[in-house]
Amino acid sequence: MVGLGKLFSIFLQIGAFTLGGGYAMLAMVEQAIVEKHKFMDKDDFWDLIAVVQTLPGVFAINTALYVGYKLRGKSGALVASLGAALPSFVAILLIATFFAEIRDNSWVERIFKGIRPCVVALILVPAIRLLVGEGIKWKIIWIPLLAGFLIWYLKVSPVIIILITAILSLIYGFFTYKKIEK
Amino acid sequence: MVYLELLYVFFKIGLLGFGGGYAMISLIQFEVVDSFHWLTLQEFADILAISQMTPGPISINTATYVGYEVAGITGSVVATIALCLPSVMLMVLVMLFLFKNKENQWVQSLLKGLKPVMGGLILAAALLLMNKENFVDAGWGANNFSVIICAVSFIALYFFKINPMILITLAGICGAIIY
Repeated sequence: MVGLGKLFSIFLQIGAFTLGGGYAMLAMVEQAIVEKHKFMDKDDFWDLIAVVQTLPGVFAINTALYVGYKLRGKSGALVASLGAALPSFVAILLIATFFAEIRDNSWVERIFKGIRPCVVALILVPAIRLLVGEGIKWKIIWIPLLAGFLIWYLKVSPVIIILITAILSLIYGFFTYKKIEK
Repeated sequence: MVYLELLYVFFKIGLLGFGGGYAMISLIQFEVVDSFHWLTLQEFADILAISQMTPGPISINTATYVGYEVAGITGSVVATIALCLPSVMLMVLVMLFLFKNKENQWVQSLLKGLKPVMGGLILAAALLLMNKENFVDAGWGANNFSVIICAVSFIALYFFKINPMILITLAGICGAIIY
């Protein structure tokens, strides 16, 4: 059985060394949990991740919660998610206190003038990757484009878009489900 | 009551943030910049840049930062916990139902529908950030460096998979030299 302290330190390390968040951490978690310490076998791990991927919320926290729970129950979930969240919390808190002081410095201002357009590109890339995927699917390409247009141009809240999509998908699922049953 | 507002906003983001990371940006931006005016679009872009250079998920970084800006350290604790709370609550439900039935029809159709919309959410996040504050010298003149930086970064990441941290560092150096 995994010790709670061990679990905490594993996820603390993962939280501290995952840059860019999300999927980048998966390889590290697998390396630590499956390969190195053999707390879980490979199939169990990826089954778990398949479920976690579909959930809303912070991916890194969800992963920590489920892996922690699977290994040590409720206290495991608590300890692992705390470990995963702590490094970014502390790092940002330090920066927030520090950044407010230097933000108006002319050097910092100029540096960030250069960085901001770069950040836009960093977000544009995953958007285009998702839209294009393994080839543009012409039948459904209008869905993301419409959603993007509604939020960007008409200022519709993403909350409403997500809720409407969820309801429509469930209705669609309901009708196709009936067909399969018959 | 500002703590309750933080709790409400970040709980909502945690609950509706499907697709993780980038897909959550437009959701966070809508609440934090447009609805509650806790940050300007410029400050939000700065946090996104900082998030790329510090460990941890963008959503946690933003929650911690916004919480601190709005209500100090207590605020950052409240916002970060609020963000993670829906995950914890959902876990209880998932443990009860989902693990017994992974191929659940309802979950499958929900995900099938939400997946294409995520691309749109991310696209909107990028488009919303393309404004005068973030592209200071955009236009068709000779000095449209913002557009050039954005285009070069896009090509470098999309086609050559250059590390985002390197791109941000280079863009920062360009900014210091040009402006």
